[in-house]
Amino acid sequence: MMAGASNRLSSFNVVSLVLGLAFLYLPIVILVIYSFNASRLVTVWGGWSLRWYQEFFNDRAMIEAGLMSLRVAAASATIATLLGTLAAVALSRGETFRGRTLFSGMLYAPLVMPEVITGLSLLLLFVAVNAERGFWTVTIAHTTLTLCFVAVVVQSRLGALDRSLEEAAMDLGCGPARAFVAVTLPLILPAIAAGWMLAFTLSLDDVVIASFTTGPGSATLPIRIYSEVRLGVKPEINAICTLIIGLIAVIIVLASLVSKLTSARGESAAPL
Amino acid sequence: MSGRRIFSRPARLAAVAPYLWMALFFLVPFGFVLKISLSQTAIAQPPYLPVFDLTQGWTAIKATLAALSLDNFRLLISDNLYVVSYLRSLVVAMVSTSILLVIGYPIAYGMARLPRKWQSIAMMLVIVPFWTSFLIRIYAWINILQHDGLLNKILLALHLVSAPLVWLSTDSAMYLGIVYSYLPFMILPLYATLAKMDPALLEAAGDLGASPRRAFWLVTFPLSLPGVGAGILLCFIPIVGEFVIPDLLAGSNSLMIGQTLWLEFFTNKDWPVASAAAVVLLVLLVAPMLFYDRLQRRQLEGGR
Repeated sequence: MMAGASNRLSSFNVVSLVLGLAFLYLPIVILVIYSFNASRLVTVWGGWSLRWYQEFFNDRAMIEAGLMSLRVAAASATIATLLGTLAAVALSRGETFRGRTLFSGMLYAPLVMPEVITGLSLLLLFVAVNAERGFWTVTIAHTTLTLCFVAVVVQSRLGALDRSLEEAAMDLGCGPARAFVAVTLPLILPAIAAGWMLAFTLSLDDVVIASFTTGPGSATLPIRIYSEVRLGVKPEINAICTLIIGLIAVIIVLASLVSKLTSARGESAAPL
Repeated sequence: MSGRRIFSRPARLAAVAPYLWMALFFLVPFGFVLKISLSQTAIAQPPYLPVFDLTQGWTAIKATLAALSLDNFRLLISDNLYVVSYLRSLVVAMVSTSILLVIGYPIAYGMARLPRKWQSIAMMLVIVPFWTSFLIRIYAWINILQHDGLLNKILLALHLVSAPLVWLSTDSAMYLGIVYSYLPFMILPLYATLAKMDPALLEAAGDLGASPRRAFWLVTFPLSLPGVGAGILLCFIPIVGEFVIPDLLAGSNSLMIGQTLWLEFFTNKDWPVASAAAVVLLVLLVAPMLFYDRLQRRQLEGGR
C-alpha cells in the first residue's frame, strides 16, 4: 500500500529512459546498416552488399594497422591487468603505507586527465631517453592509462568482498599468500577478467595518446581511421567500424557471461 | 594477532611494481613537460635546446638554470590565440556538462526506479556504448549530420526546411558529439547514488504530506548530490582538454586548447610552446582533479 505511489515508474521516467537509450543507440545502428550499402554514395541506399568489407580486406595498409592495434591492445591489456590488480590489492588490503596518497592520486588522475597531456608527456619522456618509437612505446603508454581502469574495477570488487573469508582461511592455517591464491583470487577473477577486457577495448579505441607515442610506419587502426575520417565519410570506414563494433560486442558478451557464471555460484556479479 | 594485519604486509608489497610503473611513466614525464616548457625553441631534432647535461657537473646545472626562461609562458599570455582557446575550452566544458546533467539526470532517475531485475539490464545498456569505440561513435554522427545525411533528408521529407542545413563544422554538432560521448559518464555515477537511496525516505516524506514533486526536491535531489558532483567532474575535466570531437565536428574558426596544443606540436613543431600550453592546462585542472581524487578515494576506500 505504501510502496505504491512513490515507487511506481511515472510516464516521465519511461519517456526519458526510452529517449535516452534511443539517443545512445540509433547512430550506431544507422552506421552498421549503411556499412552493408552497395552504393558508393554513403547516403544513397543501393541495396545490401558486402562490397566494402571486401575492399577493407584488400586494403593492406588498413589490415596492417588493424593487426598492430590488436597486438598493442593484447600486450598492454595483459601488463595493465597484472599491475592494476596488484595496485588494487595494495590499496584495499594494504591498510596504510608510506606514499599511499601519492599512489592513489597517480592511479585516479589518469582516469580524467586530458589525453593530450598524457600523450605529450610520455612522448617527451621517450624522446629524452632516445627510445625508438613504435609498438613498445604505444604499448607502454596504453598500459599506463588502462592499468588505472583495471585498478578501479578490481578495487571496487575487493571492497565488496567479505574479508572474514580471508581471515577464516588464515585462522585455519593458511599463510597470507596461500589465503590470497586460494580464497581472494578466485573471488575477484571475474573483475580481473572484466578489467582486462576493458583495458583491451580502451587501447583499441585510443587515437590521441597513440598519435603522440607512435613512430613512423607503425600507425594503429584508430590513427588510420581518424585520418580518413578527417577527409570525409567513406563506405569502407563504415565496414571497418562495424567489424570493430562486432569484436567489442563479442567481448562484452564474454564479460557478462563470466560474471553470470560466477553469480550463479552464489556471488554478486562484477560491478562492470 | 588478527589475520587482517598479517595480510596487509604482503599486500603492501604488491604496491611496488605498479608504484614504480606509475612514477616512471606518469610522474616523471611531467618533469620533462615542465623542463621543456621552460626551454627555448630550436630548429633541430628534437626541436628544443637540450637544457640538461649531467655529465658536465655543477657548471652545467648552473648554466641550465640560467638558460631556463619563461618566454613560452609569456607568449601564452600575450598571444590572443591561447587566451581565447583556454576560455573557449572552459566555456564549452561548462555548457556541455550542464546539458549532460539535465539530460543524464532523468535517465539515471528512470533507471533507479525500474524494478530490480530490469536495472541491471538498463545499466548494461548504458555501459555498452562506453565500451564501443568513441571514434566510431563520432564517425556515426558525421554520417548522420553531413550535407546529404540522414538528418537533412528527414527534415526535407517532413518539409521542416526547404534546403539542406549545414550541420557539420558547427558548434551545435560539437556539443551534440560531446554530449553523446560523455552521457554514460554522467549517467553511471548518478545512477549509483540514486539506486542506493532508501525508498523508505520517500515514503516517509509522502506520509508527512509532501507531494511527489516536493519529495523529490526535498529528499531525492539533495541526497543525490555526491553523484551529481562525481558526474560533473568525470565529464568536465576531460572535456576541457578534448581534442578529437571538436576537431572532427566543430568549425575551424575557434579552437579548443586541446586542438591548439596539437597544432603547436604536430604542425608548428614548437614543442616548448606546446609543453607550456600543457602546463597551463594542467594548472587549470588541478583544483577539480584534487576534488575528484578525494571523491574517488572516499567512495572506494571509505565505503567498505
